[in-house]
Amino acid sequence: MSDRKPLIEVKQLKKHFPIFSQGFVKRQIDTVKAVDDVSFDVMQGETLGIVGESGSGKTTCARTILRALQPTSGEVWFEANQGRINLATIHERELKPLRQEMQMIFQDPFSSLNPRMTVGDIVGEPLVIHKLAKGKELEDRVVEILEKVGMQSEHRMRYPHAFSGGQRQRIGIARALIMRPSLVVADEAVSALDVSVQAQVINLLEDLQDEFKLTYIFVAHDLSVVRHICDRVAVMYKGKIVEMEDTEALFENPKHPYTQMLLSAIPSPDPDIKMEPRRDLVESGWLPED
Amino acid sequence: MDPNPAANDFALSINNLRVTFATEEGLVVGVDDVSYQVRRGKTMAVVGESGSGKSVTAFSILRLIQKPGKIAGGEIIFYPASGAPINITALNEKDDLLYKLRGGYISMIFQEPMTALSPVHTVGNQICEAILLHEDVTNHEAERRAVEMLGKVGIPMPEQRLKQYPHEFSGGMRQRVVIAMALVCKPEILIADEPTTALDVTIQAQILELIKELQDDMGAAVIFITHDIGVVAQVADDVAVMYKGRVVEKGNVRQVLKDPLHPYTKGLLAAIPSQANKGRRLPTIDSVLGDLNIDTRLALSDLPNGRQVALTQEEISKLQITL
Repeated sequence: MSDRKPLIEVKQLKKHFPIFSQGFVKRQIDTVKAVDDVSFDVMQGETLGIVGESGSGKTTCARTILRALQPTSGEVWFEANQGRINLATIHERELKPLRQEMQMIFQDPFSSLNPRMTVGDIVGEPLVIHKLAKGKELEDRVVEILEKVGMQSEHRMRYPHAFSGGQRQRIGIARALIMRPSLVVADEAVSALDVSVQAQVINLLEDLQDEFKLTYIFVAHDLSVVRHICDRVAVMYKGKIVEMEDTEALFENPKHPYTQMLLSAIPSPDPDIKMEPRRDLVESGWLPED
Repeated sequence: MDPNPAANDFALSINNLRVTFATEEGLVVGVDDVSYQVRRGKTMAVVGESGSGKSVTAFSILRLIQKPGKIAGGEIIFYPASGAPINITALNEKDDLLYKLRGGYISMIFQEPMTALSPVHTVGNQICEAILLHEDVTNHEAERRAVEMLGKVGIPMPEQRLKQYPHEFSGGMRQRVVIAMALVCKPEILIADEPTTALDVTIQAQILELIKELQDDMGAAVIFITHDIGVVAQVADDVAVMYKGRVVEKGNVRQVLKDPLHPYTKGLLAAIPSQANKGRRLPTIDSVLGDLNIDTRLALSDLPNGRQVALTQEEISKLQITL
C-alpha cells in the first residue's frame, strides 16, 4: 500500500467559522475552529477513515477537502487527470470540471434524494449537468450503473419513496459513481441502515472499490464499521487530528488518550466482555465538551 | 427462564399480542402473536430490524397505538409490586387507571430527545408536569424533586438548568433530561426505545451506565428496544428477537448471542462487522439464510433451560444446543 502515490495531500488545512454578535451591528466576537491545522495524505486506492464525535469537525474536514466549503487557509493537492492541482485555491470556474473526479455519498438516504425526480433522473443528473451524455447514451449509462449497484433497470422509472433505506443508499452510490470519480467521500454512508442492510452496502462499496479503483474517505462514528473497511484511520477531536494510524495498529494499540477513551466506549457484541468506559480519561479533562 | 423460582417474578407479561393496521391496501399485521415476559428488576432487550414490530409492541404496552392501528387480540398484564394485576389491553381508552399507568407505573424514553421535549417550555416545567400529574404534591415540592432528579442523571448545576429550554442543551444532555422525566415518578417498568441510537459512543456509554445505575437504585424492570447488538450484550438479561412482527427466538442474553438457534438470529449476528470477518465480505442475512424460507408462521417451541425458538419440530430435533 505504501508504494502507491498519494491521491490527496492535505497540508495545514483550516476552516474557521466566525461568530457574530447579536443586534443591529454584527461584530465578529469569536471563531469556531472546526478544522484546525489538519495535514494528511490519502493514497490511491486506499480507504481512509475519519472518526470522531459529533462536533469534532470530521464532516467539515471532508467537505473542505472537496471544496464544498471554502477553506480558511491551507492546501489540498489533488492528483487530477490533467495533473496535480491545489483545490484550496483554484478558481470556481476551473473547479467544476474537477468535480467529476470527486463525488460524495451522503448519510441520510431519505433527504438526499429529490422526491419529485425519478431514480433515472437523479442518477443521470450529474451527466446532464456536466454535459457528458444525453438521449440513448445517458439512458444506457444510467441502466449500467444501476445494475452495478444491484438495482434493476426498471427501477429508473420510479420515485425514491418507492424504495427502502438500503435501496435509496444504493441510488445515492449510483449517482456518485456514474461520473467515474477517482475519489469518493462517504459521509456516514451506512449509519442510518439496519445491520443486515448495512452489511450489503459495505460489501457493495468494497466491490465497487475493486472494480473502479476508487479511493474512499470514509467519515463515520461507528468504529466497528470503520475497523472493517478502512486501511488507515484518522481520529479527530476539536478540529484537530489527534492520532492517525493503520487501522489494526490503532485499534490494537491506541496511543492518544482520546482514542483510548473512544475505543473503550464501544459496546462489545459479546456479553462476556464487559464494557469499561475509561472514566479516568474523561475526568482528566478529555471529556468532549457536552 | 431461570431454574431459580424467585427469578420468575414478572413485572409484565405480554400474551399473544396482535396489532393490526387497516390501510387502503388492506389489513397490515404489525405484531402477530407476540408473547414475552419481563422480569422484575431485570432488562429485557427486544431486537430486530426496522419494521419488525418491536416499537409497536412497546407502544401497545402504554396503549399508544393510534388509528388506523388497533390491538386486535391478546393481552398485556402488568403486575404492580403491590396490588392486583392490571390487564392493560382491557382498559377503556379514557380509564383513569390508564393515565396512572402512563408515566406513572410505566414510563418511556424515546429515541429522539428533540421531538420528545417541548421546545416552548422550560425543562423544569416539563419534569414538574410529570410529577404534578401523578402525585399530589405542591409546586415547590415538585420543583425540588425535579432538581434532585436532574442531579441524579448527571446534569451539572441542576437549579440553573431547570430554567433553561431544550435548545440550550446538547444531544447527550437532552437525552438525560428525557430520562429524568421518565424516572421522576419512580416507574416500575421503563421502556427505552432506542435511547442511544442518536448519540455518540462515549455519550452512549454514559447513558447506558446511567440507566443501569438508576435501575439498580429503583428496582425497575427495563424493556430495551434496539437494533444494536453491542448494546444488547452490555445491558440485557433476557433477549427477544423479532422478525416481521413475530418473536423468532427468546432466551437469556448469553444463550441468544453466544448460541443463536434461529437462522434469522444467526444472520443478524453474522452481519455485524467484527475482527472475525475483517477484510472479507460481510455475511448478510440473505447469504446466511440461503434458500431457507423463514417466513412461515411458526409458534415458539420450548427448549431446555427456558429457551424458546420458532422452528419446526424436525428442525429442532437437529439442533445442537450448547447453552
